[in-house]
Amino acid sequence: MTLPEGMPEALGPLDKPEEVVWAGPADQPIVGGVFDEVTSTRAKEIIARYPQSRSALLPLLHLVQSVEGHVSQDGIRFCADALELTTAEVSAVVTFYTMYKRTPCGEHLVSVCTNTLCAALGGDAIYRRLQEKLGTDGEPLGHEETSADGAITLEHAECLAACDLAPVIQVNYEFYDNQDVDKAEVLVDALRRGEKPHPTRGAALTDFRTVELELAGIFPDLAASVEGPSEAPETLLGVTMAGDRGWAAPAMPDTPPALPEKK
Amino acid sequence: MTDPITPVLTRRWAEPRSWSIDTYERTGGYQAFRDALRADPDELIQLVKDSGLRGRGGAGFPTGMKWGFIPQGPTGAGAKPKYLVINADEGEPGTCKDIPTMMADPHSLIEGCIITCYAIRAHFCAIYVRGEALHPIRRLANAVREAYAKGYLGRDILGTGYDIDIVVHAGAGAYICGEETALLDSLEGRRGQPRLKPPFPATAGLYASPTVVNNVETIASVPFIVTGGSDWFRSMGTEKSPGPKIYSVSGHVERPGQIEAPLGTTLRQLLELCGGMKDGIPLKFWTPGGSSTPLFTAEHLDVPLDFEGAAAAGSMLGTTAVQVFNETVSVPWAVMKWTEFYKHESCGKCTPCREGTYWLLQILERMLHHEGTEEDIETMLDICDNILGRSFCALGDGATSPITSGIQYFRQEFLDLCAEQPAAKMSDRDTAPAGAMA
Repeated sequence: MTLPEGMPEALGPLDKPEEVVWAGPADQPIVGGVFDEVTSTRAKEIIARYPQSRSALLPLLHLVQSVEGHVSQDGIRFCADALELTTAEVSAVVTFYTMYKRTPCGEHLVSVCTNTLCAALGGDAIYRRLQEKLGTDGEPLGHEETSADGAITLEHAECLAACDLAPVIQVNYEFYDNQDVDKAEVLVDALRRGEKPHPTRGAALTDFRTVELELAGIFPDLAASVEGPSEAPETLLGVTMAGDRGWAAPAMPDTPPALPEKK
Repeated sequence: MTDPITPVLTRRWAEPRSWSIDTYERTGGYQAFRDALRADPDELIQLVKDSGLRGRGGAGFPTGMKWGFIPQGPTGAGAKPKYLVINADEGEPGTCKDIPTMMADPHSLIEGCIITCYAIRAHFCAIYVRGEALHPIRRLANAVREAYAKGYLGRDILGTGYDIDIVVHAGAGAYICGEETALLDSLEGRRGQPRLKPPFPATAGLYASPTVVNNVETIASVPFIVTGGSDWFRSMGTEKSPGPKIYSVSGHVERPGQIEAPLGTTLRQLLELCGGMKDGIPLKFWTPGGSSTPLFTAEHLDVPLDFEGAAAAGSMLGTTAVQVFNETVSVPWAVMKWTEFYKHESCGKCTPCREGTYWLLQILERMLHHEGTEEDIETMLDICDNILGRSFCALGDGATSPITSGIQYFRQEFLDLCAEQPAAKMSDRDTAPAGAMA
């Protein structure tokens, strides 16, 4: 039976839940658990970029992943303290987005696109092979599970916006284009040996935590990481063909035309 | 008559270090905004209206009109701060134009942002990039840094007294955040769920203030329009769909890739540029603009791919994400895979989409396991009927597109599966839990 207040009779009155209200003084450094002064300073730097502080929540959660390799309860509390939110409000956000991992990730995150087009060109087969390869005792590795050696967390991903280069794999969100089962196995073998094969497009491979720092908007060495290949032949298909055949957009006038008056 | 390929946005892509400010300025970049910042903002809005530029993110809304909706003036909503938000949350299956744009030529977007901010009288711009697009994020962050260093961003730009700040903001893996109001909620640090409209972002967008949300390709076009003028822009494409467009051709073609061509180009023309169907295996079905645009077949090779042409033929232009599938691919399988995607990405806010995509996937999976019935086909159409137009946002509508168009053109394939005839080639190896729900 439920009482008029909506309280199930058998449970009796509930204790006031903990941590509902943020209570820390806002001007103190946010330090605690694994989050050191550097992280705290970075958090403040991120918050300062936005007209309203709560906009910094997604970047701060990336920052938490750069420290923890996932978002733990401590990480949630860190963000809540930094933004004067409740942990419930932060938890609601964490659980909505697939890039926030709730269990510790391996050194590398390997994402295999299994959306329709990649799947039709071999993405499903690649994912299945990697599941078998990274599993233990004949048990294939599941979605978002980590290999026993801690090297790789495997996931299937939705469209990674590289369909002209299908099937694609990302390692720590760097693109490995035009994959097949054999190439994917070679890639994963190399990662498990501690090697870091260069992506087809992107910066030199690092690890999951390092790229999460960049996703938080903190770039320790942007001058280096901004380099790297990015234009695959597929990317340049049209512009190359136009060059070869002498095709171009119509010529612009020599000087910009006068702006129209407001109608 | 324009050439079959008209590189405008893609023109710099083959340059060495095309993404650096040196290359950008050497090839004519950062000239347009100098002219723009001397102009009356309303004249810029009029220019974009005259150019006929339509949103490149899928819906094709006239860009100049959108900018014109922003309330101006010293009182009421016009007195609030205004914001520009760039939708760079590219994730519609098949769509892969903004990521190469941001990687190869981020400064076109940044210059477009400066001009747009000035036109709508905004001082803060956020570029919301999907989190998985790490390298484009680096390229944008670097471009923003370079632009600040040159005095093109920040306080008192080029001595005009105008201030603009740009933040590159990484998302965290949610397709729904490509929906503009969900994107705004996400940018405010919330779950990315769409808002009820009205009010539209033009009056109550980011932080409940007037906001323009535009796609990457749209805003990257703006500097070229300022430099070339509206007549030049209209010399490409069609009367109602002017300009060049990046067509992303993927799948079973000999040479997939990015082709910037005038709006109104047909699949027949694109296939020719892509070297034809891979290994000569005939075309079976294709999407004109991502998986949310109803399928086309070989009957539609000559449909002009502009906003009007695609719509008149029963689909939508969408993002010109042309995904080409040959005869080896089972339509029910492809539809099941796409439905898996929509089910995973449904934000859960509204019932028709949340429940509908869930049950549609159950039915399709059952069918692919040869356990479907003819009645299931009608049930699916009925569910689609209850999602389309009844969902909170376009995700639900989009989820019905592959199913209804798949059944429309390939009903017999669904019937064959139900009759427990031998499965189409792809189906038996691909109903394994490879793409099953997370």
